[in-house]
Amino acid sequence: MEKWLRSESVSKLADALLPVFAALAALAVGALMLLVLGANPFEAFGALLDGAFGSANSLADTVVKATPLLLIGLGICISFRGNVINIGGEGQMIIGALLATALGLAFPDWPGIVMIPLAMLAGFVGGAFWGGIPGALKAYFNVNEILSTIMMNAIAVQLMNFLLSGPMIDPVQAAKASQIPQTARLSTSFDLPRLIPTRLHLGAGIAVLLAILVYILLWRTTIGYRIRAVGQNRFASRYAGIDVKRQIVLALLLSGAFAGLAGAIQVFGINHRMITDGSATGFTGNAGFNGIVAALFGQLNPIGTIPAAFFFGALLVGANKLQRVMQVPSALITTINGLVVVFVVSSEKWRKTREQKRLTDMMAEIDGDPPPNPEKAVKEVGS
Amino acid sequence: MIEKFFTEAVLVGIIASGIRLATPYLYASIGETFGQRSGVLNLGVEGQMLLGAFAAFYVSLTTGNLWFGLLAAMLTGLIMGLGMAFVSINLQAVQGISGIGFYLFGLGLSDLLFQKLMGTVVTVSGFRPIYFPVLSDLPIVGQIFFNHNILVYGAYAMVFVAWFVLNKTTLGLKIKAVGESPEAADSLGVSVSKIRYLTISFGGMMSGIAGASLSIALLNVFQQNMTSGLGFIAVALVYFGGWRPIAVMGGALLFSMVNSLQLWVQVLNIPIPSDFAVMMPYVLTIIALVVTVQRVRPPSALTKPFERGH
Repeated sequence: MEKWLRSESVSKLADALLPVFAALAALAVGALMLLVLGANPFEAFGALLDGAFGSANSLADTVVKATPLLLIGLGICISFRGNVINIGGEGQMIIGALLATALGLAFPDWPGIVMIPLAMLAGFVGGAFWGGIPGALKAYFNVNEILSTIMMNAIAVQLMNFLLSGPMIDPVQAAKASQIPQTARLSTSFDLPRLIPTRLHLGAGIAVLLAILVYILLWRTTIGYRIRAVGQNRFASRYAGIDVKRQIVLALLLSGAFAGLAGAIQVFGINHRMITDGSATGFTGNAGFNGIVAALFGQLNPIGTIPAAFFFGALLVGANKLQRVMQVPSALITTINGLVVVFVVSSEKWRKTREQKRLTDMMAEIDGDPPPNPEKAVKEVGS
Repeated sequence: MIEKFFTEAVLVGIIASGIRLATPYLYASIGETFGQRSGVLNLGVEGQMLLGAFAAFYVSLTTGNLWFGLLAAMLTGLIMGLGMAFVSINLQAVQGISGIGFYLFGLGLSDLLFQKLMGTVVTVSGFRPIYFPVLSDLPIVGQIFFNHNILVYGAYAMVFVAWFVLNKTTLGLKIKAVGESPEAADSLGVSVSKIRYLTISFGGMMSGIAGASLSIALLNVFQQNMTSGLGFIAVALVYFGGWRPIAVMGGALLFSMVNSLQLWVQVLNIPIPSDFAVMMPYVLTIIALVVTVQRVRPPSALTKPFERGH
């Protein structure tokens, strides 16, 4: 029994499940908060589950909500694997959406079969551009990418506000006194194909397909290998002849591209026009940050990010029901998401220590001479 | 149009509100300077500020005492800071990411509490400008320098306290040593963990005050996400100031002057699209970051967790 517990596969499984434990811990804290708020946690989580999975419609909404999280999460997998921290998902999503929408508005007569792929590409390019700027600033001017991507978010929001209330405003709104900052509705022939009668659209399929492609990119191609090598050790990579700067730009560029695509899909699949309330969240629904949560939860593995995005999509959709039925503000979910991030990154050290230990045990077995003090051996390998 | 700017009243107004608007940046970025000097990047400033702003506002509203409100904000920030310290020091979590977690936590929790406990936006009567006999009545100078509330003066005082502590005391020396070379500091008997706990919880407390300065001294309301990125800018200002308090203050002032200029552009209805005016400070920050990093080196151990015997 004891041997079974100590066996390598079990230990690996435990590590793989760490994010799940972290999420459970965050949910437990959430339950405590519900108690303090005077709500029965069981009823509340019941309402949440019902809101997320209760009907075909709610399940579809969950998938729809999970789509931008998955796409942004994929970008996060790429950049974080390259040890580049992209906090600019919000801005990249906005710019991608703006470019795709502008294209759609400029050529309303094009057939959907031509426009839809082009608009997706425009989103991809827009996001890549917005991510590429901080990438280049980091690679060539050594500017901290965390800070520059955050600033780029704020700039993107203002650009959106400007465009939607000026050059891109709906002519109907421009004529009215109200002047709601929104674009005209895109031609209905550009709507992403839907699974009638729900809101589920093609975007989810695209996102899952891309998850597989990103997995292949990261682990089966030289591009991915280089990005990960730079992420593991910048100096060693340089000695190995990898152009480190180029990989840094590429990581942020690709990361931004996926966020931009998420923006384009959001417009062509759900909103069919862009509208702003002045804030980033008004358009993104905080997806730029929640995508980070999903990717971390999926252990920065594109395939693992699929269920992770689904889980957080469910939380977000269920939260609406929670608010309606039990008057618990949906902000509870933002709080829980924050805790998930903190718990997941906090448990990393534990996983690394155990990985180290497995390595030592393995080496000891090869030597046929088990180290007298495993703890000490771990330290030696680690140092 | 543009000549509207060059009246005495407007110029004085811009400078006076620039000085006032620097307050939240100063508290937050001075606190953050200590953390980063000791080698820890706290990216959760925004979340700490939001919770601090809420605590200050709610306690002031219910007790009718602004000082209790301020105390509540300090305590809230301190607790958040201790959380960040524990996660960064004991659990050695990646700092850039755990900070985002604390940001989301603060964003959500302050919103949750606001909706549950208040529901609607109300106002409090916040800290009033202090009246200095004679000085406050001086033309121009009086309005620019002697017409602010206590938290504004406190913020500038903290800059000089920070400068003194970092440059003239043993504690400052220890903080810098821990941030530059934790191994050497450790071998000299300085407890790296203790110093970092001290700087990060102090930083959290300062972020709490920064939030309070918004909700009970400058704006006198609480709203969801009322900081809207201010905490992140405060972190950027630390880089911009090259980790030195006086330069950080320079950055904060530059930033808030641009901000106040932008507000006046809108007030005076000058035909620059206001979106671009709002955008200006962020563009400026990026440019400033590009310029600064070319000449100042960050603390060597910044974002690197320390473990004995490595």
